[in-house]
Amino acid sequence: MSELNLEPNFSDADAFYAALADVHRDRSPEASEQINARLILLLANQVGDQHILEQALAIAGQINSELFHDN
Amino acid sequence: MPSSYNNPVYPYIHSPDQDAAQPVHHQVIIVGGGPAGLAAAMDLALQGVKTVVLDDNNTVSVGSRAICLAKRTLEICDRYGCGQPMLDKGVTWNLGKVYFGEEQVYEFNLLPEQDHKVPAFINLQQYYMEEYMVNRCNQMPQVELRWLHKVTHVQTDDAGAAITVNTRDGDYRLTCDYLLVADGANSPIRESLGLESKGQVFEDRFLIADIIMKADFPAERRFWFDAPFHPGQSTLLHKQADNVWRIDFQLGWDADPEEEKKIENIRPRVEAMLGREMEWELEWASVYTFRCRKMDSFIHHRVFFIGDSAHQVSPFGARGANGALQGVENLGWKLAAVMQGRAPAALLQTYDTERQHGARENILHSTRATDFMTPKNHITRVFRDTVLDMSRQYPFARTLVNSGRLSKPCTYEQTPLSTPDRDVFEGAMRPGSPCTDAPVSGGNGSGWLLNHLGSGFHVLLKGDFDPGQITALEALATRLTAKGDPLNIIRVDAPGTPGANTVHVTDSRGVLAERYDLQASAVYLIRPDQHVAARWRQLEPAAIEAALQRALGFELSVEQAA
Repeated sequence: MSELNLEPNFSDADAFYAALADVHRDRSPEASEQINARLILLLANQVGDQHILEQALAIAGQINSELFHDN
Repeated sequence: MPSSYNNPVYPYIHSPDQDAAQPVHHQVIIVGGGPAGLAAAMDLALQGVKTVVLDDNNTVSVGSRAICLAKRTLEICDRYGCGQPMLDKGVTWNLGKVYFGEEQVYEFNLLPEQDHKVPAFINLQQYYMEEYMVNRCNQMPQVELRWLHKVTHVQTDDAGAAITVNTRDGDYRLTCDYLLVADGANSPIRESLGLESKGQVFEDRFLIADIIMKADFPAERRFWFDAPFHPGQSTLLHKQADNVWRIDFQLGWDADPEEEKKIENIRPRVEAMLGREMEWELEWASVYTFRCRKMDSFIHHRVFFIGDSAHQVSPFGARGANGALQGVENLGWKLAAVMQGRAPAALLQTYDTERQHGARENILHSTRATDFMTPKNHITRVFRDTVLDMSRQYPFARTLVNSGRLSKPCTYEQTPLSTPDRDVFEGAMRPGSPCTDAPVSGGNGSGWLLNHLGSGFHVLLKGDFDPGQITALEALATRLTAKGDPLNIIRVDAPGTPGANTVHVTDSRGVLAERYDLQASAVYLIRPDQHVAARWRQLEPAAIEAALQRALGFELSVEQAA
């Protein structure tokens, strides 16, 4: 069974991050939320494998709620 | 404020040019005696071109300013003959550490492999860099430095440039074939010609505090996101020469620059970071904002913009002064070749095309680093903080952490001066790449390949070649050199005594062979700025001559050049 890859796998990490920031540029919070939801669905379909998706969901769910302070 | 450095004061000298009835003509005049202008003077001097450098001040940089000198810069300065004092004085470092809160989340080694003459980076205050450059210029009979000569007016057309210079003895005029403008980011000359440097301003402010202290922290680049001692903002700590430490505090857009520069406001920030028991003194402080911008063209008739006047970046990544020197070494040999009638004027346009590529790359990296450090809206802050949080545990997230991607020389992809590969080579080198250093013995005895390259074209070759082809290559080198177009041959691990225009070097540990994929046989043609122009698996002198002609711009049509 395949496992979630937590090692570096981006072909160009900086370019991805810049594109991610760009898609959110000048968007309202509601629009950003919707963009994120669409992105997750697209990428989840690309991954496909339910076992891997569940591993990703489990890690994503372990949030550190103290991390974010509004400013 | 205390000081670990006393700025030298260079004398104003009255030039006979000031008393001439008609404007005196010089081939090349350089405006600005900072790193870019001084480097340009040294580069051209090595090509046999005389220059006059005009500077409106009479000393080197006031304040440490640019402190990170990258490997490529040190290699360029080594070729100019001012690298060694920089290496001797500078603080060598290869390791960068990134912290999120208390924890280290990421570490990078900029030079993980051995066998390079110079380290990945040294930290050296800009005033030392400039002082060593001035000292070297003063040894070069081709360079005339004029301090306290301020250029106040520039006119240019396709035949040359005319300038007005203001001094304490009044104004005088000069003309020149080429004017190199290195008058800094706010370039008064660029403004006076109605030219623009376009780009973005980042809405953030940073405090630089250079402090003198005796601390045994390692000579590493340490960067904190959301430092425990400076919550919510980033901090950078970096060691310079003379026990001076650079601390860079992110302040946010709302900070008041005048207030933040006051010692009573700096002291608590530094104490929070270093503890109250640490003894230190403030040497220099500055509050700044960033811009990333460049000119659409670095050439305006006979005026060539170099350094910050042409392109400006944010400091994270150390791509300002380092990028400036790469631009200068790109321009130097081209200008000399055109002036000496060895290349068509179209070659000069490739300074713009190749360095626009370099400037775009530098701006891209520095913009991305700045965007990561200063998220523009709520959602990008969430992503940024999540990347940092996840990077503690998950290796993939560390590749997204960006505290500055540190300066590397660019490869001139797609340049019309390169001959595309026809044969197969392994490894990172390719036409357009800067040459990687490697240890060699023999030759001029320096012990390093890069000390054999530069200032002219070189053919580097290894293999069992037909002696007839070797003779033909030597004949080509002799013919071109006699014509004033020096071509030098470097043979690796070759038997016998060197032929005409040839040096033999030995690659005893095979490092050179590995870095250049010299297995079996290989021939490289290398430009005067130590970038690869062409390479082959066979030795064909006719192909080398064609590639050389191409690298000198003889294949350029006017459209290609533009």
